Order: sequence, then structure tokens, then C-alpha cells
Amino acid sequence: MKSLAELAELRQKSLDKMNMRNTDTRERIVVGMATCGIAAGARPVMNTFVEEVNKRHLGDVSVGMTGCMGMCALEPMVDVYDADGTKTTYIHMTPEKAKRVVAEHIVNGQPVEEFTITAKDQNNA
Amino acid sequence: MQIARSHVLICGGTGCLSNNSMKLKDRLEEKLAELGIKDEIKIIMTGCFGLCAEGPIVVVYPEGSMYSRVSLKDIDTIAEEHLLKGRIVENLLITNRGEAYDEEGHQVENTDFFKRQKRVALRNCGRIDPENIDEYIAYDGYKALGKVLSEMTPQEVIDVVSASGLRGRGGAGFPTGKKWTFAAASKGDVKYVACNADEGDPGAFMDRSVLEGDPHSVLEAMAIAGYATGAHQGYIYVRAEYPTAVRRLNIAIKQAREYGLLGKNIFDSGFDFDIEIRLGAGAFVCGEETALMNSIEGKRGEPRPRPPFPAVKGIFGKPSMLNNVETYANICPIILNGAEWFASMGTEKSKGTKVFAVGGNINNTGLVEIEMGTPLREVIYDIGGGIPDGKKFKAAQTGGPSGGCIPASLIDTPMTYDDLSAIGSMMGSGGLIVMDEDNCMVDIAKFFLGFTVDESCGKCPPCRIGTKRMLEILEKITDGRGELEDIDKLEKLAKNIKASALCGLGQTAPNPILSTLRYFRDEYIAHVVDKKCPAGVCKKLIQIKINKDLCKSCGICAKTCPVACIRGEKKVPYEIDQTKCLKCGACLEKCPFKAIYKES
Repeated sequence: MKSLAELAELRQKSLDKMNMRNTDTRERIVVGMATCGIAAGARPVMNTFVEEVNKRHLGDVSVGMTGCMGMCALEPMVDVYDADGTKTTYIHMTPEKAKRVVAEHIVNGQPVEEFTITAKDQNNA
Repeated sequence: MQIARSHVLICGGTGCLSNNSMKLKDRLEEKLAELGIKDEIKIIMTGCFGLCAEGPIVVVYPEGSMYSRVSLKDIDTIAEEHLLKGRIVENLLITNRGEAYDEEGHQVENTDFFKRQKRVALRNCGRIDPENIDEYIAYDGYKALGKVLSEMTPQEVIDVVSASGLRGRGGAGFPTGKKWTFAAASKGDVKYVACNADEGDPGAFMDRSVLEGDPHSVLEAMAIAGYATGAHQGYIYVRAEYPTAVRRLNIAIKQAREYGLLGKNIFDSGFDFDIEIRLGAGAFVCGEETALMNSIEGKRGEPRPRPPFPAVKGIFGKPSMLNNVETYANICPIILNGAEWFASMGTEKSKGTKVFAVGGNINNTGLVEIEMGTPLREVIYDIGGGIPDGKKFKAAQTGGPSGGCIPASLIDTPMTYDDLSAIGSMMGSGGLIVMDEDNCMVDIAKFFLGFTVDESCGKCPPCRIGTKRMLEILEKITDGRGELEDIDKLEKLAKNIKASALCGLGQTAPNPILSTLRYFRDEYIAHVVDKKCPAGVCKKLIQIKINKDLCKSCGICAKTCPVACIRGEKKVPYEIDQTKCLKCGACLEKCPFKAIYKES
């Protein structure tokens, strides 16, 4: 170890791997991981979220799981809870869609309307 | 490398290890492989969470769910439900006693036990993997050392430590800044710093937990102490009975050397520092600083007369400075957050926090770190969860064999160095043994005296002979052969030993007697005059009897008795042969009708 800068770099690298243990988070991504979700392909979606969040050093964003949300036909489903408690529900998720949600919603604060459950309702109406 | 989506922290402190937490880890690894999610979940063995009574503890992140008393079967359920399907297993969660499960209450930080604590020395225990230096660095590890070496002079470091008001956590409470000043002022080209990890008080295990849960915090602080005082070599004197702590220390030293955080030219500052471990054989006296230094040199662990003080002539005759593990654990946060931050916690003369190893008759046995000045009541009832089986609190013993007891009437005493000394107890290293109405105070004093008699090194007569004589008088009293003048004799002897013994061990050995005499003299008198043990503990003074009206002649007591001294037949109440009875109390516990009782 030669300098504080070198230490800081190492610190950041290790911290990125440990941010998960911080329960005081800004945003929470929750993936439906019941049998229906898993069968519909929730696992790769989940892994994509985890990878994206890490890649972008989003230390204050947590990725969690939940059980069946009751609308198995719409799985894989993902809920994003903003800091103010607003919940956005995304449906029929894929790893590609997950990347866009991270980029647009999590990073830039713009929910991806077209993937949400409300978009579907409007289309049906 | 795949990034884990969930971290499972399993407690690897000695308490949970002895509760099979290693097997939990193996089982969880197997189960995750079986479920095909092995790559997504990271398992981390941590140090002690502090809640040893509820062990083994398992915490799952990102939810922060804390599971307690986890069995092999439970770990399967956690893997299948929580880790695979994301459903928190509510019935295995630790919840505040009696409260229903709620969304936040299961998180580590939100339980009553943790909420009221302030963790400085234990900041990383249960949060990081102690065998991985990267995790320590992630939580600002070695930043204090970097700051000290690149931005501060040795004098500035000492000034910060002095201004923080930190006092030695090993027992005596000597101001740490002063100790560092003396060592720095001492002339000599070779100096040493040492860490006292020879934790020997019965019931105290906070130093072990720091070494097991966060070994780097001690290494880093020792390097800082070395820089401040002008030493280039450190010794950690740790007892061989702490194998997990020794193993993790060795791993930590190796990792720190690989990163260049120990060794030559640390942080390119020209400062060299290295640390060696010295194993103690478990003699209590080696926790005394001069005996410890003798032991480090490979000599017999006997204390030396002072002066010369270690700051002038210590290890190998060179100026040396010795601090306790917990004292070191406080150093890095002080450097990083500033002296004012530390001094803002606690009371005027006792700054910061203190770790207590809470044991005895209390629900939440374990480690708690509280702000100095917190009343004992809060530690016992709010954090400790109170006394089991609804029994009455009688006294708390602090400071182990060197300390004294705090009676129930003084339960609101703030826990500070001075308040505790004022009532005849002491802060000590932080052992806190809780006693209820079923504990006999004379017996407690006898227990601690038995310990000091065993552990006296024998160098000075007041300790070698005096403690033995005191123990003999105590035995006479608990056997029912005591006379009133024995109590006076005991008190006189205690005061003389306190004044004349060579080292701390002998000088403090009479404290358990003096403090029980002070608050529980009536119990001594009951033993001597009435030949009775009010708590029903001293075997020679009690009889175990069967209540004829309650006995249903079931015969369970007779089957339980190890010496077969209970006889009876159907429809006739059973009887105990008092000449053979060992007073073990086995029958008393087994009787389904509560017909057996102690009479004193």
C-alpha cells in the first residue's frame, strides 16, 4: 500500500461487493420469485438487475425478491419502490427490459411507462 | 465472477461455532448447490453479533432478516423459501419478544437488543468477514492508518487520543492519551507496543469477540500506536485457549503484510511496523502488565515491582506501551471521526462506549456495547431482556474477581468508571454477571476467591497466603462453622491484602468480599448466627425434604436420585435419607407435583 488514493480505490471495489448489506436504501427493486415467476424466467431478470446495479456502483439500490404477486400470467413481474414509497410495477420482464429499467428509471428517475402494468391496462381499454 | 444477489451472514463467533454454525454453513452450501443457486448467493462467516443466547444467528441480505436459533432443518427451509423464492420465513425470525412480526422489526438494527446499543469497538463484528481484509477496508479499514502516516505528526496523533478522553478498557481506566505521551517521551531507539489480549475474568469475552470478529481493527490501531510512540514492533499477547481468535489474527497479519499495511515503508511514509503474536498459557496473572511482559520475554509470568514503569523499562528492558484489545478497537474511529465526536458520547469523565459481556441469570446473554453512563437497569431490562422465569434481580457483579457487586437498590447507577468505583464495584474489563434471588452472595464471594487462590502466582505473601486464608474463612462460614468474629477477621484481612499485595491481582482480590460484606452483611450473619443460607445454595446449611401432603408416591424422585437415598412405596409418601443426601437437587427439578423443597 503506497498511498491513500490506492486505499480508496480498493475500498470502493470492496464496498461495491458489500453494498447489499446496507438496508438503508434509496430505491428497492423487488423481483417476483415464486414458482410462477421462476418458471416464466424471473431468475435471469433478477441476475441482470444485480449485475447492472453493481456495474453502475448504485450502492444505495437494493435488489430483493418477493413471492407470488397473484397475477401469474403477467410474470416475470418486478416492483420498483422509489424513496418516497411510490411503487411502479413492471410486467413480462426480460433481461433486456431490466437493463432499460435500471438506466431510465433507477438512474434517471423516469419510469419506463411501456413496460408497466398500467400501460397494459390502457392498451386493453 | 458472478455478482451475488444475496449475502448470507452466519455468525462464526465462538458462541455460535459451539452451537454448530460451521455445520450450518456446510449444509447451506450443499443445499444451494442442490437448488442450483450456488453462484447467486454468497455465504460469509462473520464475528460475533452479540446475541449469543439466540445463536446460531443467520442474517440474510438485502432484506437484513435476522434468523435466530437456526437448526440444520431451519437452514434448509431458509434456503428453499427465502433464498430460492424470496419468502421471508417469519416463524424463524428474531422478533422483539412478544411482538408480532412486522416489516421492519425483523431487521438486525431494529430489534430491541441492537436498537439501544451504540457500536464503536464492535462496529464490524457481525458485519464483515474477519478473514477477508477487503471487507475491512470497505468499511474504512486502514484509512485511519493512512491518514495518520500521510497527514499527521506523532504528537498530533497523541493529542487527538488525549482530547478524546479515551480511558483504558482493560479495567483500571487509565487515560490512554497519557499512556501514549509517557511512552513517546521515553528515550530509546528501540521501543515496543503491545496488546493485552489475555482476557481471563470468568464470564468476560469481549476481547475475544473483537479479535474474532474484527482482528484488523486491532492491528491497524497498534500500527498507529507504534507511529505515535516511536515503536516499530508490536506484540499481541493472546491466550492459547482462544484458538479461533489466534487463527484469525494470524490470517489478518498475513493479509496486512501482503498489502504492505504491515512491514517496511507503510503508505510510502518511511514508517516500518510489524506485529508478532505471543501465546499465553492461560494464567490469569499474565493479564497484569508487568507479568505479561515477563511472559512475552519467555520468562515465568510473575509481576515485577513498579517503578520502573513499562513506559521506561518494559519488554526486554525497553520502553513499552501496553493497551487492551478494546482500547485499540476504539482508536481508528477516533482518528477518523475526531476527538470531539468520541468525547460527545458518555459522561464528563467516562467518554465513549463500553462493551459488556452480559451473562448469568439474564435472558439475552451476549455482548452489548452501550454509551458510558447508561444506567444498569437499561442494560439488564431493556437490552438484556430481564431475568428469566420472572425472578427478582438481586445483584450484578462487574469486574470479575477484581470487582464487586451492584445490589438491586443501586440498579439505577450509571455505568461509568467513577460511579462504579464509588459504590465499591469497578468497570473492570466488562464482565457483567447478573444474579437473581437464588444466588447466595457468600457463595459468590467464595467462588471468586477460589479463582484468585488458584490464579495467584505466589510471588508475594499477602496474595499467596492471604487469599488462601480468606477462602478458608469463607468455607468455614458456608459450612456453618462460622463465628461472628470471623466476619471482622475477614474484613481486616481483606483490607490488609488490598494495601500490601504486589500487583493488581492481589490488590483487587479482596474486592468481591468487601463489596458483598458492604451490601449483603445480613446474609453473612444469617450463615454465621442462624446457620442458614437464605438463598438455599450452601449445601451444608440446607436440607431437601418432601412435603407429605403433596407427594403422590409416583417414585420419579427415587429413580432420579444418584445415590438412591429416597425410599417409599405406593400410597405412602416418599422420604429422603438425610444422612446420604448429596443435596444435588436433581429430585427437586424432576418432581411433577412440586412436593420437594429446600429448607434452610
